[in-house]
Amino acid sequence: MNLTVNGVDTTIESGPLTSLLDVLREELGITSAKAGCEQGGCGACTVLVNGASRRSCLTPVASIDGAAVTTVEGLGTPEHMSPVQQAFTHHYAAQCGFCTSGMMMAAQAYIEGGGSDDHEAIQEALGGHVCRCTGYVKIIDAVAAVARGESFDLSVTAAGTAMTNIGGVA
Amino acid sequence: MTADVLMPASPAEAVSLFGDGVGTTVIGGGTVVMPEITYGRRIPGRVLLLSNAGLDGVTIDGTTITLGATTRIDALAALGDQVGALSTCAHNIADGEIRGQATVGGNLCVSQGLDAPRGDLQGALLALDATVRSAGADGERTEAIEEFLSHRAGRLVLDVSFERPAASAFSALDYPHTHEYTVLAVTGVRAADGTIRLAATGLAGTASRLHAAEALASDPTAAGAAAVGDCSFADDALASAWYREQTLPVLVRRVLNQLEESA
Repeated sequence: MNLTVNGVDTTIESGPLTSLLDVLREELGITSAKAGCEQGGCGACTVLVNGASRRSCLTPVASIDGAAVTTVEGLGTPEHMSPVQQAFTHHYAAQCGFCTSGMMMAAQAYIEGGGSDDHEAIQEALGGHVCRCTGYVKIIDAVAAVARGESFDLSVTAAGTAMTNIGGVA
Repeated sequence: MTADVLMPASPAEAVSLFGDGVGTTVIGGGTVVMPEITYGRRIPGRVLLLSNAGLDGVTIDGTTITLGATTRIDALAALGDQVGALSTCAHNIADGEIRGQATVGGNLCVSQGLDAPRGDLQGALLALDATVRSAGADGERTEAIEEFLSHRAGRLVLDVSFERPAASAFSALDYPHTHEYTVLAVTGVRAADGTIRLAATGLAGTASRLHAAEALASDPTAAGAAAVGDCSFADDALASAWYREQTLPVLVRRVLNQLEESA
């Protein structure tokens, strides 16, 4: 089997029923997708499959043979973050961070699909994702800001305080 | 994983590989079976993976609407102008990512869950008086969905068809969480000949028609009361039997009122 993972053609050795989540984490060492509930209930494992946001824990890898898979590692780098990554940083839209990868991939699909800054539409798009820290307001603010095409000053937070704790960003 | 995984490339090959279905686990979208494998509740020996079997797609031929077995749930949401209740029912299931992966056939064939009934579409398809085309030990068969649900083991769903109704309505209890299965939902349909059909999902086991309520459809309050006598109610992780019994008449009344408003 073959997948194009974050733009790289990759031969997959795992068995056909192995979940895409296990292929990413165990075979390829790509760990942004998180093994949360592993039954489709939390959204922490969401990645893009041919551009659509999908739960990697529910996806037998054979069912997407040949597909293009995108994870957070494929969005941007610490030096060159994508708009969604910048917005999550600027808006401090992560607390413990466990749900963040899934949230960002769902947000990416929403933005690529032409999503607006309407909060109800964003809630619908992120509705399958659980944040155990309950930090939903800042997550939705971050996605709305990307939808509006805002640019982000990563030296300060959206609240105007100095940004700390972001490795690799001046 | 040592399962023998078969990936048919056509409907005919799927039917042939399925055979009598004995010992075969069918995976449509994977949303139900994958967690069962992950958690060790199911150790499949032989798996039929339908992703390339060509069993998906919605076709509309005059007034007949046919849903292929591996049609994704989110494709039903686009049928709002054809059959509003099915579209609303589909949109009420989980979230967009699950709806993009879960299939119609899987929803029909899913077994009782550990802690709740599953199969959220069943009530809507019962109210639509759908027919199910399936394959199995005695070959291909087309039958009413009520029949199919009563003996679905050993069958491979090929497609589901129904006639576009004159009007349809759907009402459900709110979910405590996006990912819960349907706590309780009622679908009502007025067929082209004026017949009213009602069905409920989430009572106990598979969905069921509400025949006594249908007979009193012109009086929504009486129909709601009669529906209770038609049903058995289960206690489970989502709601108590008592709560379901109290709320079923409300949903029946709402659905019949919606149908009346659309007359």
